[in-house]
Amino acid sequence: MSNTTHTFKPSLPPPTLNVGVIGWLRTNLFSSVGNTLLTLVALYLIWLVVPPIFNWAFLQADWAGATRADCTAEGACWVFVKERFGQFMYGFYPAELRWRVDLTAVLAVVGAAPLFFDRFKHKARYGIALLVAYPVIAFWLLYGGFGLQVVPSSAWGGLMLTIVIAAVGIAGALPLGILLALGRRSSLPAIKVICVTTIEFWRGVPLITVLFLSSVMLPLFLPEGLSLDKLLRAVVMVVIFEAAYIAEVVRGGMQAIPKGQYEAAAAMGLGYWRTMGLVILPQALKLVIPGIVNTFIALFKDTSLVIIIGLFDFLNSIKRATADPAWLGMSTEGYVFAALVYWVFCFAMSSYSAHLERKLNTGHTR
Amino acid sequence: MQNTGNASPASGSFFTDPRKRAWLFQIVAVVIVVAIGWFLFNNTQTNLQHRGITSGFGFLQNSAGFGISQHLIDYTESDTYSRVFLVGLLNTLLVSALGIVLATIIGFTLGVARLSPNWLIRRLAGVYIETIRNIPPLLQIFFWYFAVLSPLPGPRQSLELGEVFFVNNRGLYMPAPVAAPGMWPFWIALLVAVVGSVLLRRWARARQHLTGLPFPVLWCSLGLLILLPGLTVVISGVPFDWDMPVLQGFNFRGGWVVIPELISIVMALSLYTAAFIGETVRSGIQSVSHGQTEAASSLGLRPGLTLRLVIIPQALRVIIPPLTSQYLNLVKNSSLAAAIGYPEMVSLFAGTVLNQTGQAIETMMITMSVYLAISISISVLMNVYNKRIALIER
Repeated sequence: MSNTTHTFKPSLPPPTLNVGVIGWLRTNLFSSVGNTLLTLVALYLIWLVVPPIFNWAFLQADWAGATRADCTAEGACWVFVKERFGQFMYGFYPAELRWRVDLTAVLAVVGAAPLFFDRFKHKARYGIALLVAYPVIAFWLLYGGFGLQVVPSSAWGGLMLTIVIAAVGIAGALPLGILLALGRRSSLPAIKVICVTTIEFWRGVPLITVLFLSSVMLPLFLPEGLSLDKLLRAVVMVVIFEAAYIAEVVRGGMQAIPKGQYEAAAAMGLGYWRTMGLVILPQALKLVIPGIVNTFIALFKDTSLVIIIGLFDFLNSIKRATADPAWLGMSTEGYVFAALVYWVFCFAMSSYSAHLERKLNTGHTR
Repeated sequence: MQNTGNASPASGSFFTDPRKRAWLFQIVAVVIVVAIGWFLFNNTQTNLQHRGITSGFGFLQNSAGFGISQHLIDYTESDTYSRVFLVGLLNTLLVSALGIVLATIIGFTLGVARLSPNWLIRRLAGVYIETIRNIPPLLQIFFWYFAVLSPLPGPRQSLELGEVFFVNNRGLYMPAPVAAPGMWPFWIALLVAVVGSVLLRRWARARQHLTGLPFPVLWCSLGLLILLPGLTVVISGVPFDWDMPVLQGFNFRGGWVVIPELISIVMALSLYTAAFIGETVRSGIQSVSHGQTEAASSLGLRPGLTLRLVIIPQALRVIIPPLTSQYLNLVKNSSLAAAIGYPEMVSLFAGTVLNQTGQAIETMMITMSVYLAISISISVLMNVYNKRIALIER
């Protein structure tokens, strides 16, 4: 009599067709006849489009040289972008003073860096100090005066000008937009009417007409002899225009706050400004971060419209460079480069907003 | 929160009474607004006087004296500025309409592709959306205009498609339908078919309410719409003659011409807006919970019917409001055409007419009120539609 023990057979592996690479392919690409067809068509399209573009942009492109004559290959002529890089970045900012622009940018990055670390304790105080100090320093560095050589704003240009307009626009539009949203939700009829009219007017007209307005009508509106800087006029218009959009986004957030929050704040004896500042706005703004960032992205893209009133922003400096007789036929290279730069900025903003949204999502999801 | 109603203290100083304070705030706000308005008005008056500009809309009756590269209505250089206004308005509306139709088609395709079970399709749609919506529309217009269409060959070396369509750096040439003389039976047949389908649909609906029997309305209407006009074509011949574009000298004559400015603006705007519409559609479809699909299939509805009767009506409710604002954005973005010289509202009126007449206030007012009017009417229309399809809650 031998001791019989039941030995289990080892389990069979799952069918090879359902797991691993093959399984993934079967479920995701070839699950049905229609899907297989779609996959094949898509693959064909990719094969049709991607290799030529890759060839053009990298394999057959010219990278070295200094003039148009150096571009002998079939593909892109990146020499053009390389040669004009300074102009694309700084516009007509004097070459020997460009370190000031660089320094401003470095200061912005270094100054803002502590805000991105969770361990940093005095975020709020530091942030406010930065908000007050940085614009003054940046203006001093960029414009000059007080010992620095003055560079008039008409010499500003390129990516630097785009970022200046966008940054000032964002910094100005957010508070103004919040105020307009508060006004629109106000229980005082006169203030409500004023805010609603303002918001709806600015949201109803295209930015181009607003910029036209700033260049042809503002001189008529202002007292004689007083003339504002072209850049300043454009920035003011961008701020008011985008503030109307921010206001609508913020209003959406405020409407989503349940009435109980207002009542609780009132029960605590908080007045209007404290109710809003301590209870409603912190919650509402958190809710609408994606909307606000989307408006910022729109603002960044909209800065390209200042071309209409003749400011030399990034897009305009590229457009002018492609019209240069020495570099004719470089439109594709120029605009592809421009698209890449704009894309990097906007994509970074939207990725950061998605990250922030995940971080601030303090568990209201079901 | 100023008006806390009856809770206000009966006495106390002026500033502690919320109701009086509310009045004060409002009066101050109104006074500030009126003061700013008066300040601007006053400055404008003085400035206009000093520059010797007479205000008023009289200039609209003057002869314009400049040519316009594309006009949907008859226009010559001797026509008035009010005619220019009409031309510009129609061109803006043309760009907007073409853009909205194309963007909707591409956008809905993208939205559905984003939710496809096919990984590759899903990814491709995602890459497209992330790329296109992060590039300024003006840059895209420039790209189409300066990098794609300008380098095309001249009329003599046109790219051609079946000797009917011609593409060159002056635009797209295609045959234009010209009404043939004896075409009235065709139109009558078409009218009968349309009216017939509407009646058929009504009858089928009433019958389904009464008996529960469905009727294949779609196929019958399609049959009507194709058969009846088709029959007249067979009997009395084709109702159109085609006006073919022909190369004469240095350019094409005849046919329809789509100028490159129009192609670039429509391409750029519809591709750009489609990326946003795609995301709108995706989130709309995703907002319909999976339980709805399960409920529908437990009722015995097939997948196609589930989509048509259960998913889409609920998804549309979420999609319509943001879709409206995308349409509005497209209309407003059509003003970007001014940057490449397409003759629409802004470039004609705020550009050329303003420069010629110097009537800054009037031209800007007209231009801006056109966009305001379009914006307001689209949002009113959409609100009505929204109310009709809104969820009726307890």
